Amino acid sequence: MSTLAFEIPYWGQSLLRVLGGIVAVLLPAGTIVYVFLFKMMSFMQSRLGPMEAGPYGSMQLLAEVGKWMQKEDLIPENADAKIYKIAPVIVLLSTFLLVVVVPFGPDAWFTNFQAGVFYALAIGSVSVIGILVAGWSSANKYSLLGGLRAAGQLIAYELPMVLAVVGVVIQAGSMNLQQIVVAQNTFEIFGWNGLGMPFVVTQFVGFLIFMIAVQAELTQAPFDMPIAESELVSGYMTEYSGFRFLIFFIGEFATAGVFAFIASVLFLGGWGIPFSWFGWETVDDVDDWMNIAGPGIMFAKMMLLVGIIMWVRFSYPRFREDQLQRFAWKVLIPISLLNIAVTAILKVAF
Amino acid sequence: MSLFLRDYLTIVWFGLAAVLLAGLLLGLAAVVRPSKPNKDKLMAYESGVDPVGHGWSQSQVRYYVFALLFVIFDVEAVFIFPWATSVERYGWFGVVTMLIFIVLLLDGLVYAWKRGLLRWV
Repeated sequence: MSTLAFEIPYWGQSLLRVLGGIVAVLLPAGTIVYVFLFKMMSFMQSRLGPMEAGPYGSMQLLAEVGKWMQKEDLIPENADAKIYKIAPVIVLLSTFLLVVVVPFGPDAWFTNFQAGVFYALAIGSVSVIGILVAGWSSANKYSLLGGLRAAGQLIAYELPMVLAVVGVVIQAGSMNLQQIVVAQNTFEIFGWNGLGMPFVVTQFVGFLIFMIAVQAELTQAPFDMPIAESELVSGYMTEYSGFRFLIFFIGEFATAGVFAFIASVLFLGGWGIPFSWFGWETVDDVDDWMNIAGPGIMFAKMMLLVGIIMWVRFSYPRFREDQLQRFAWKVLIPISLLNIAVTAILKVAF
Repeated sequence: MSLFLRDYLTIVWFGLAAVLLAGLLLGLAAVVRPSKPNKDKLMAYESGVDPVGHGWSQSQVRYYVFALLFVIFDVEAVFIFPWATSVERYGWFGVVTMLIFIVLLLDGLVYAWKRGLLRWV
């Protein structure tokens, strides 16, 4: 690690980290909603999308927040009011806890866990609790069905995701996300190190499985049975209105951003550029300006991956519930186990 | 305090930040929004018809089976990760041992498959 020219006291560091974290959660969420949900979806459906609020509707987000703020906050009389109120906060909490592990530069990280991958995969499933709790506490049949479907889907796709990451861990030889980034930018492809070795090249199967699992974890179409508008009327969110609904909404798109961050760290080389370009050997040699450029690179990669997620979302019809479970258990899990075996054999053989 | 513990303390700060942010937004909205509840608004939504029975209805047991299967495979992942970080150190011995472990687990999946547990009925 290169050191900063001046020392920041611990409370200052923590404050900077938390502010950075809030930006890292809310900025991608806002950009994703505007660029993809408002504009890309509209263009794909041959319409303009929001155009009135600000130039090209860019202030639409503020208008939406203002609108939601004035909505009445209804709690159904049969609902379990306390838990009903907490549920959206749990979903937002899981997003914030997830962004903690993402490294944005050689020194620009929130935490530098040795077992970062493990932490990310563990916290990634906390949102299930929020969703299940929301579905149960609403005392509504649609919500209960939606919540159960969401839980069934999230645990089914948690497994392929966990197993797909094992391939990356085998190649990098570490569970620390920072070291995974360094590995991808210092490794060579057959002795040529001009591009580093992003694991998307060697772990393409793992990357595909991971992105499919992310799509399902985010309950985006074609895996959107838990919130199917046409049959379950938004599932676990049926009874929510006003700002609590908005928090679910922010949580959904912020989580999309954070999962894309993690995918780009694991498979696309993260914040790094191939170290050979500037003659860096290890992470200690990396120049300080990468702390500024790193977040930009991460943001670009995040937008690319979320763009793909949204493209798939707008293009495919919904699966049936049994097709979804069959796909996870009978296709993805055997393939990802095979992927682990092949990766390990190749790693030892070469 | 050690760096290791500070990393974990950062998680606590992030958790607090999330709760505070949500509280701030909800508090702000609570000041602005109207509140005129009536009986019809507070009724459970059932496509516009009066709700039939109670909202906490019974659900299918099949979710339980999948949850059990999930636990088995998730525990497996806990064993695979430590090996995955040092595949080169363990060499062929580690690969063969882990392959046996994976095959045993796959055997369990195939058994559940053959028994029809993976069918969504």
